[in-house]
Amino acid sequence: MSRTTDTRRGFLKMGAALGGTALATPFIARNAFAAAEPIKVGCLLDMSGALGVSGQPMLQATQYAVKVLNDQGGLLGRPIKLINYDTQSSMQLYTQYAQQLALKDKVAVVQGGITSASREAIRPIFDRFKTLYFYNTQYEGGVCDRDIFCTGTTPAQTVSHIVPYALKNWGKKVYIVAADYNYGHITAKWMTKYTREGGGQVLETDFFPLDVTDFSSAISKIQQAAPDVVLSAMVGANHLGFYRQWAAAGMKAKIPMASSTFGLANELNSMDASVTNGIVSAYGWYPTVNAPETTSFLDGMTKMFGPNLPMLSELDSASYEGMMFWAEGVKKAGSIERMAVIKALETGISIDGPAGKATMDPATHHVVHNTFLAEAKDKKWDILENFPASPPADTAAVCNLLKNPRTDKQFVVEVN
Amino acid sequence: MKLKTLPRPRQDAGWGGAIATVVGGLVILFGMPMVTGTFGLLQVTVFAALAIFALAQGFIWGFGGILCFGQSAFLGLGGYAYAIGAMNMTDTTGAVALAVIVPMIFAAGLGYFMFYGRISDAYIGVITLTVTIILFNLINSTSGDIYHIGAAPLGGFNGIPSVPPLNIPGNPDDQLDPTGLWYCAMGALILCYILLKWVLATRFGRVVVAIRENETRAQLLGYDPRLFKLLTFVIGAGISGVAGCLYTNWGAFISPTVFSLTMSAQVIIYVLVGGLGTLIGPILGAVAIQYLITLAGGQHVIDPNLMLGIVLVAFVLLVPQGVAPVIRGSVRRLMPSRSVATPAQAEVSQGASQ
Amino acid sequence: MDLIGLVGFNVLVGIGTIALITVGLGVIYGMMKIINLAHGEFMMLGAYATYVSTSHGINIWIAMIIIAPLFVGLVGLVVERCLIRFLYGRMIDTMLATWGLSLGLIGLMTSIFGNDPRGVATPVGSFSIGHYAASLYGVVIIVVALLSLAGLYAMLRFTRYGLIVRATMQNANMAAALGVAPPTIYMSTFALGAALAGLAGGILAPISGVSPVMGSAFIAKAFITVLGGGAAIVTGTSLASALFGFINIIVSFKSTPVIGEVALLVAAVVMIRILPQGITGRFLRRSL
Repeated sequence: MSRTTDTRRGFLKMGAALGGTALATPFIARNAFAAAEPIKVGCLLDMSGALGVSGQPMLQATQYAVKVLNDQGGLLGRPIKLINYDTQSSMQLYTQYAQQLALKDKVAVVQGGITSASREAIRPIFDRFKTLYFYNTQYEGGVCDRDIFCTGTTPAQTVSHIVPYALKNWGKKVYIVAADYNYGHITAKWMTKYTREGGGQVLETDFFPLDVTDFSSAISKIQQAAPDVVLSAMVGANHLGFYRQWAAAGMKAKIPMASSTFGLANELNSMDASVTNGIVSAYGWYPTVNAPETTSFLDGMTKMFGPNLPMLSELDSASYEGMMFWAEGVKKAGSIERMAVIKALETGISIDGPAGKATMDPATHHVVHNTFLAEAKDKKWDILENFPASPPADTAAVCNLLKNPRTDKQFVVEVN
Repeated sequence: MKLKTLPRPRQDAGWGGAIATVVGGLVILFGMPMVTGTFGLLQVTVFAALAIFALAQGFIWGFGGILCFGQSAFLGLGGYAYAIGAMNMTDTTGAVALAVIVPMIFAAGLGYFMFYGRISDAYIGVITLTVTIILFNLINSTSGDIYHIGAAPLGGFNGIPSVPPLNIPGNPDDQLDPTGLWYCAMGALILCYILLKWVLATRFGRVVVAIRENETRAQLLGYDPRLFKLLTFVIGAGISGVAGCLYTNWGAFISPTVFSLTMSAQVIIYVLVGGLGTLIGPILGAVAIQYLITLAGGQHVIDPNLMLGIVLVAFVLLVPQGVAPVIRGSVRRLMPSRSVATPAQAEVSQGASQ
Repeated sequence: MDLIGLVGFNVLVGIGTIALITVGLGVIYGMMKIINLAHGEFMMLGAYATYVSTSHGINIWIAMIIIAPLFVGLVGLVVERCLIRFLYGRMIDTMLATWGLSLGLIGLMTSIFGNDPRGVATPVGSFSIGHYAASLYGVVIIVVALLSLAGLYAMLRFTRYGLIVRATMQNANMAAALGVAPPTIYMSTFALGAALAGLAGGILAPISGVSPVMGSAFIAKAFITVLGGGAAIVTGTSLASALFGFINIIVSFKSTPVIGEVALLVAAVVMIRILPQGITGRFLRRSL
């Protein structure tokens, strides 16, 4: 008994010694490379739930951007470390993890938020705890807040091109279907505004909460109204059922459709061509854009994540651009301190994103971006028109942070 | 002939246990700010709020025998009432009052509908579940501009962001910071615990437990079970309203997900894991499960739902009476002099688990 | 006139959908008084079985009608043996255990397939009601729902197995005394209920898409329809589905789908208040 106890003690002592050394090594190593303390970047995206299918490639794009930056030697001589939390399409988790990133992890910047609802839930938290925040999802426009930068396109850059195309090619009577939350409501207002400006008429607007999956009565209602065009601002995995049921009801041949959100959830891959063909959209980037930056972005992503990537969209290119804009701001400011980076970004910085040159507009904290109009054809996006350097005119009309730096709200368009 | 008087069965851990719990609570109340920073305080604040929520559920289920599968309806009503009140009034004291009163009124109506309709216990669970889903669907659809109460837009799926935080009563400009909010939340938890302990010790409380044990017998003794159940239900709703108010304050945000199926199920899990038929059990269960959920979301090895599912199934199969009775049992084994209360205690726990 | 035809068709499809998603839960509840909260996830498994089969080239009808129910029936068998068996008579505990099971299944499928919503193409086209277009698939749903209910009725009424099942439902001890082993019957009825859920999931896959969280949309409706229907499996499910489906679709058409859902739930709550034992607790009490 005592011999085994001695042997056991011996092992324990040896183990303790080894363990102690193992624990001490980082201290030793850290002291040697004290300057290489990583810069922490936070990421809040949905990896699961209704928005998970959009969130996963966004995270991958962010990780790719971090890799590109680290391959260039990091920022200010320090590597970048990405801390991401899966918010599981839950508002409670968004709030919780936002607080965690701001107060516990104390990150230098947060990239994230997908739905406008999540953005509006965490924006006040980052304002309150003074954390820089980049929102990289295309949205309804109007956010005017010095602590946030929005790299996604807004209706003035996209919907303003979709609606005239629809009115010109398909007819003047419009039926709008939209997701029932702030994005859907405000985008529907923009669609209505552009329709009326183009001489069209909105017959009806229907809103659907994000968890609705059965659209049979909705489709019957649309048929009864007999529009020339259906405009869709539907969001999330459950709303994809609308497109499937629309095609199943034989409506594809009867009424054409355009959308401000179709294509952001890998639809062209996961749905049959008979469901997706003919739908028109407009974004700040498509994988079929003819530019060398697109090719290098796609190559880099495929190399890092393998050939089974979902179809990438503006959400992913904007997530990449969000990191790159912030990096440029840090380089220009020479520090990661929030106010310094904000001021650097307000000098009018440009980067080369997957769609070409993109410029941060100082007055609105939104991006001047190349945008494209495209039609889904045989599971690919066929680009119809090109709008270089499209300005965020909708936000610019109401927001000037250079003149009023204390503004902190989202402006909503008025439509009577 | 001398009748042997049976020892009076105590329904709970006795005053010793209650005092120990309160003292422990006070220690945590004052000790926590010294131990953690702002983020830690925010985390434990939400634990405290959800513990109050679990306390309400544990009270009406463990002691009242009412399986309410939709307690989150009152949590949400309290939270929304606070948010709307705070955005419309300058002093949040009125909003807090609303957060307690609105759920109680709703519970009074719903309770009257259910208990005076003599609906059996299992169906109460279904109806309360359905009511919370109805509320979820309704509030979820209020995204448009036209849905607002005074200055507060209901917001639908977006929820109501930037809710004004609590302020010291009478001093609208003196708003609570995270430390202050922690004192408020933990203090509320201790107060609710004391309140419920006191209620259970009164005649009202004993009748409620009697009704849970055998409703017909209580009725034959002359008590109207419908009224007592209704009152229990209303008290539980009021306490859930307090939890809702604190929950909204924690994130300065409330959204319809507070009415969701997940939230209703979570509170049942808290009570089950913690121990049905006790007051300390739900508190422990809430903290433990909420901590587990947060932990699960932060790691990438195993899916959070899978982990939670395994935990729940394991508990139901292996430890169905929950953690608190197990702990109490082992504590009692270490202190043999208190054996008088043990058989009654065990009977209470078993009766409550049915 | 065309509009009435279209709405009428939609009502029938709505009723059929609710009947389909409820019948599996109804079998399990009617038989063993177990509330299986993992019912939605059984449907999800059926949908995934259909998706995986069709993506390997198997004919979609075989995938939906044969493979999905068989697969989920087997899963149900395993679940019954490993979990439910220990919890008979403990209604609350089975609710909680099956809730845990549902979370676990969601997590498992997310880990295996990720949470990309998958699609299964609708195998039939459309037809016209007057000058309105409607999906032929609605007809498929109605037909399958009718056949499921009819088949269940036939099994219960005309087969020896059905007789044994009914006997065990009425009085398990007596059935045991007559030589039937109730645990075996419970096992087979749980598997049957699961298989019906799998069938429902497979049939609804083209309409709702396939994702790990699709089950949660169905569980509340199925739950409340079962309780509204009452003890009789076939009659109760049919009547409750008819009533709730009708209210749901008509109100959806007049306003929004969400208000339609709310109307269904409110109607169910009111009905349970009026008829606490469900429809067949009061009327048609002796029916199957």
